[in-house]
Amino acid sequence: MTDVAVDIRELTRHFGALTAVSQLTLQIARGEVFGLLGPNGSGKTTTIRMLCGLLDPTSGSASVAGIDIRTAPERVKMQIGYMSQRFGLYEDLSVAENLEFYGGIYGLRGAAQATRLAEVVAFLGLGNRMRQLAAQLSGGWKQRLALGCALLHQPPVLFLDEPTAGVDPAARRNFWRVIHELARTGTTVLVTTHYMDEAERCDRLAMMSGGRLIAIGSPTEVAAQVGGRSLEDAFIILQERDEAP
Amino acid sequence: MMPRLWPMVRKEFVQMRRDRLTAGIMFGIPVIQLLLFGYAIQTDVRNIPTVVLDESRTPASRDIIAAFQNTGNFRIVKHVNGRPELDAAIARGDAQAAIVVPEDYPRDLARHRTATVQVIVDASDPLASQAALAAAAGVAQARNLAMLAAEARRTTLPVEVRIRPRYNPGLRNPVYTVPGLVAVILTLTMVVIMSMAIARERERGTLEQLIVTPITRTELMLGKIAPYIGVGLFQMTAVLLLGRFVFDVPLTGSVVTLYAIALLFIVASLAFGLFISTLVRNQQQAMQVSFFYILPNILLSGFMFPRQAMPVFFQWISLALPITHFLKVLRGILLKGVGLEALWRETAILAGFSVLLIALAVRRFHKTLD
Repeated sequence: MTDVAVDIRELTRHFGALTAVSQLTLQIARGEVFGLLGPNGSGKTTTIRMLCGLLDPTSGSASVAGIDIRTAPERVKMQIGYMSQRFGLYEDLSVAENLEFYGGIYGLRGAAQATRLAEVVAFLGLGNRMRQLAAQLSGGWKQRLALGCALLHQPPVLFLDEPTAGVDPAARRNFWRVIHELARTGTTVLVTTHYMDEAERCDRLAMMSGGRLIAIGSPTEVAAQVGGRSLEDAFIILQERDEAP
Repeated sequence: MMPRLWPMVRKEFVQMRRDRLTAGIMFGIPVIQLLLFGYAIQTDVRNIPTVVLDESRTPASRDIIAAFQNTGNFRIVKHVNGRPELDAAIARGDAQAAIVVPEDYPRDLARHRTATVQVIVDASDPLASQAALAAAAGVAQARNLAMLAAEARRTTLPVEVRIRPRYNPGLRNPVYTVPGLVAVILTLTMVVIMSMAIARERERGTLEQLIVTPITRTELMLGKIAPYIGVGLFQMTAVLLLGRFVFDVPLTGSVVTLYAIALLFIVASLAFGLFISTLVRNQQQAMQVSFFYILPNILLSGFMFPRQAMPVFFQWISLALPITHFLKVLRGILLKGVGLEALWRETAILAGFSVLLIALAVRRFHKTLD
């Protein structure tokens, strides 16, 4: 396999007259923590959804873990883990039931499932919560459970869409520690975020605005390209440019 | 083969157990419907409130009035003194029928002329007025027969038509209604519950997470349907048992055949519900569409009104509803005691419906968000 985990070429998506993502081209290397940064409506979520096979691209192409998302979207699904913005697990199932369900859906059976579940539970510290209904968990624990379900099949690529929205700072810091640990073992992570401190922790960033790629590189490079002293500056400059008539 | 079906079934089953609303629909609907249709709805109308205008006030007039009363269909609520009072009673709805015995009734009777009694019915209520008309005609016939026989000095009737109501000798309403009710209750609950299935996952945001997994569309659809097949069979059993022991509805034919064919009908209904849920955006729309579907099921299937009486166009529509065919199966097996030799056509049609509707639901469902 090449060292490019996600290869996006001129990816475009229209919703009626609106162009949500326009001619996006970028490559993400294996083991990289790559951030997608940009104001609301800049096309981050649409990009991730296309890469997961949740939305069909209007034009352009992309491959994930070497598999073309347009010709083999179902084969891509075994290679990726996905966390949506909104908690997407079953609130009326317990933590253990959610994990077992997704384990089963990803083809884990019997002893292999028990072993893998135990690994993920230990890795994320979910041990004491197993019997709780997902609905009773706090934001931080819900997010860990969602990550756990996305990790069960050991996907080489992880897509995280604003994973820390509505989560307290301590839980956010913990979550990022986990993400870097995953990257160290070779998992590629594509993450969208609003938080500047989180963007700073990415290996590389792409700044999006109005569906277009504005800047790409390390956090300091991106800030410089947009013309701000810091990332936060750059972000505000972009937002104001978007909101101007 | 379909390795992800079992986890899906198990998850649906656990959720079903925890969902109070669904449990309410599943167990509440059969009991309420059965009691409503079994007890409340009677087409043979007894005790119609009736006023009497007796202008002759003689033993002969009292005799004919008593004959009306004895049918049990008329309940005399008042004797009125003149037409205006009679009209007012019917207009107000105090009475739904009126019996008028004219002043010359006894005289005409004595002179062997045709004596007239007038019966007025409020025909704005179709079932009550039909019962009143039939009962009034019966009174006249019985009277005429008795008098003519006495004059002709005969003790035997020239002709007698003997009626044998087969399969429901007592012509009891529940015997006719309860088998049909099995089909209506199954349609109602299966379609409503299933139509909300995908819509609910979409609304709660769980569908998005589920469709980024390698689960196939067929696994997803069959996994949704499977646990509810058990619910359907349970409901049918409950209605049949209540029908048997509360309303004394017979179970003449083979239970095994009945359950086998019912399975096909249940799958077809669930698949149709699933098909609806692939068309709608949320649970509220699902509910609306499924109620829109339920109405022709009750009205056109032959459950309440005979299909032979409908215009051909509507008869065709009713053939496109699985319930029409299942009703024949239910009445055939429960009341007539027939088996597959008489019902193979309906069985084949129901099997066709279930395969077709599952295929349709799977085709309509896409593993994308738009």
